[in-house]
Amino acid sequence: MRNGAVEALLWLKVPMIRLSIQARQALARLTLPVLIIASFGLMLLGKADAVLAERARIALADSLAPIYAVLAGPLGRLHGAATEAVNLWDMREENARLRAENEKLRRWQSVALALDAENQRLKASLRWIPDPQGSFVTARVVADAGGVYAKAVLLSVGPNHNIRKGEIAVDERGLVGRVTEVGTRTARVLLLTDLNSRIPVTLETSRAHAILIGTNNPRPRLVYWPEGVMPQEGERVVTSAEANAFPANLPVGTVHYTSNGTPEVEPAARLQKLEIVRIFDFGLNGVTPPEPAANPTPGHR
Amino acid sequence: MAFIDRRPGIRPRPSLGRRLDIAARASFPACITILLMLLTEAPLGLADQPTLLPAVTLGAVWFWSLYRPASFPPPVVFVVGLLLDLLGYLPLGVGVFTLLCVHGVAASLRRWRLAPRGFAWIWSLFALVACAASLLMWLLIMLLNFRLLSPDPMVFMAILSVAIYPVLAVPFAAALRSVANPERA
Repeated sequence: MRNGAVEALLWLKVPMIRLSIQARQALARLTLPVLIIASFGLMLLGKADAVLAERARIALADSLAPIYAVLAGPLGRLHGAATEAVNLWDMREENARLRAENEKLRRWQSVALALDAENQRLKASLRWIPDPQGSFVTARVVADAGGVYAKAVLLSVGPNHNIRKGEIAVDERGLVGRVTEVGTRTARVLLLTDLNSRIPVTLETSRAHAILIGTNNPRPRLVYWPEGVMPQEGERVVTSAEANAFPANLPVGTVHYTSNGTPEVEPAARLQKLEIVRIFDFGLNGVTPPEPAANPTPGHR
Repeated sequence: MAFIDRRPGIRPRPSLGRRLDIAARASFPACITILLMLLTEAPLGLADQPTLLPAVTLGAVWFWSLYRPASFPPPVVFVVGLLLDLLGYLPLGVGVFTLLCVHGVAASLRRWRLAPRGFAWIWSLFALVACAASLLMWLLIMLLNFRLLSPDPMVFMAILSVAIYPVLAVPFAAALRSVANPERA
């Protein structure tokens, strides 16, 4: 079996070592077994040096992100046109529904404003130390950076960004996840649904702590709540400041029981169709992934 | 097969343009496979889009390994597998190993002269190969992560691979006879 690439090189008169036909055939027969052994070597290498694979991935993402960012424009317009066409059909019903919802939200707004004013008064009388205000940047989601067995998104950030590992990604409705890898112009956000995601949370009504474990399914699982407390169906779940990895009280989602009685959390964020996320820097460094000191995160000065 | 001029007689050396043409035709399978892989990662806004990457890669590797192994030798499969691992966020080596196995199966089928049979025959063989490949990937990922995973993504990946194969194979078969054929240079 003659090799196509070799053939092409021969035609292009690239100088190369002349081998006898037998030797060449033997080499061709050996390539597959040698490469299969090399793939096992690659698996070991990936296990031994996780940072290497991570760096290769983020370098690839850095080079591809501009292409995807350019593609995102026309593709988004196409998608928008399609949804627009569908929306035109049920505009009347949509309008009626929105009116009703608006009415309801107006009532909630007045309640919220009254509660906020009361809260400020109470905090003032308690001499409450205010929570640190996080600074944030907003970035566009350019690609799905997950795979079949991982849930993550890739953000396009400018070349002079200041994003670091461990910062917190939030969309307009709730927590999205955490930044796990940072390149020169991209950042990867591990979603809270990913298998490797662990988030300390608080159940809002009972104020009990629990851990939210990603399962790669759309709804992460709730585990390790204290004895005597049961998560209630529909109860709001917010982040907990425990372990200093998250600020307290970022909305995460609501509790939902599966048919076999496992409490899961329906994420508040629209993780299926993320377009724009905000990356918050709360100055927290509770859990930072191990990173060699010789290679500081790019973009961080 | 790669272009080997078997006609008797002495002819002048092919011109540079013709040689470039032959090289382009020989590299078509690898280029189209990598291009399709990059395209599946574009922001298309489809649900379950990440599964598209391994499905398309499996189909393309199977087709070119079966019909034009000379333009799709094991080193190219290795590079495609590495790209699959990096783009698909699989543990390093999993995609490489799986695709090399698929290539090996296709190569041995070719040796048994099974390739010239009908499309339905090749497709059903691919269904078996795709199921085995999805299972292999799932097992390897569990082994490398020391963690049990839900089998649902594996099943979905196998189904999608089988379903998408005709969509790939029809234009590939047309290309096999035209743009990817070095003998027509």
